[in-house]
Amino acid sequence: MSYFARLYKPRMSVFWWMSRPTYLMFVLRELSSVFVAWFIVYLLLFARAVGQGPEQYQRFLDWAASPWLIALNIVAFLFVVYHAITFANLTPQAMVVKLRGRTVPGPLMAASVYVGWLVVSAILAWLVVG
Amino acid sequence: MPENITLRVARYRPEQEEEPTFDEYAVPLNKDWSVLDGLNYIKDELDGTLSYRWSCRMGICGSCGASVNGQPKLTCATFLHDYAPGPVRIEPLANFPIIRDLVVELTDFMHKLGTVKPWIVREEEQPVEDGEYLQTPAELADYKQYSMCINCMLCYSACPVYGLDPHFIGPAAIALAQRYNLDNRDEGARDRLTVLNQPEGIWGCTFVGECSRACPKDVDPAGAIQRYKVTAAMATVKSLLMPWGER
Repeated sequence: MSYFARLYKPRMSVFWWMSRPTYLMFVLRELSSVFVAWFIVYLLLFARAVGQGPEQYQRFLDWAASPWLIALNIVAFLFVVYHAITFANLTPQAMVVKLRGRTVPGPLMAASVYVGWLVVSAILAWLVVG
Repeated sequence: MPENITLRVARYRPEQEEEPTFDEYAVPLNKDWSVLDGLNYIKDELDGTLSYRWSCRMGICGSCGASVNGQPKLTCATFLHDYAPGPVRIEPLANFPIIRDLVVELTDFMHKLGTVKPWIVREEEQPVEDGEYLQTPAELADYKQYSMCINCMLCYSACPVYGLDPHFIGPAAIALAQRYNLDNRDEGARDRLTVLNQPEGIWGCTFVGECSRACPKDVDPAGAIQRYKVTAAMATVKSLLMPWGER
């Protein structure tokens, strides 16, 4: 007598990303790329306004001060910070660096990314404010 | 007498039902009982028709994986006490077709595993009289973490990419490919690159990272995949810049 198994094939829910907090954090991390892209567009618009003279620059500043844009930029900033933190924290998993035959410990790798981030931020702050 | 804990166990009996249902069993909440002990109690004392896989009872064989309260776990290394007062929901590993009760179909993985040649590939075997292929402790350390994989499939069960796209070769197969790629005795990296440098290979991974969190042996398949992406990208750039060079 032969027997053929009738397999049950479960299907993933459309809302699979809500089934675990870690999945949700992953999806938010992916979504953060949209806000990174938005900041690039915003920066390009800013640079164009500067290049077009004082009048356009003032118009850009007025537009940038509108409440909805401030709200959008606050949300975008939070997402970009989250993006950067996850990037730094995941770096040791993606890169194994050896110095003098020894593997650099993961926390040290992540710390070096944070230090690099701080240094670049400090230089930019000095350029803008200083 | 110890108190009891309720196990809600997924049942799928293809000859009598279209989709899985749940049966509840009260098992003793002994202090040192794993979830597998609870399943064995059901099988021995309450319902002999329950089907599930197990073998070593010590986290080595990788047979007893199941979803415990929604998380992929080795049932032999997961203790009932941690889920008291219960109930504990036990289901087959997610993302796999179910054969019966907690038994899932693994042929897909077995096929994919073979494609990455998880063994030491040599272009030319050295004669036996030349002795072993020697290796330093540092060379061993390069791949040892990945060699701890026990093919338990918890990483596949945790991976939403595999759940959404069954063509994705998956975490364990890539981690095991890296286990051999990083072994200085191996010469098969080029063959594996052909298989893995594909959309359904390493590039299918979006670095959810859940495979590494689920892994009971700290293999870190997510890390293996990201490292392999760097290797594959470098190899691609190299072949573009130096098409005449060694491929």
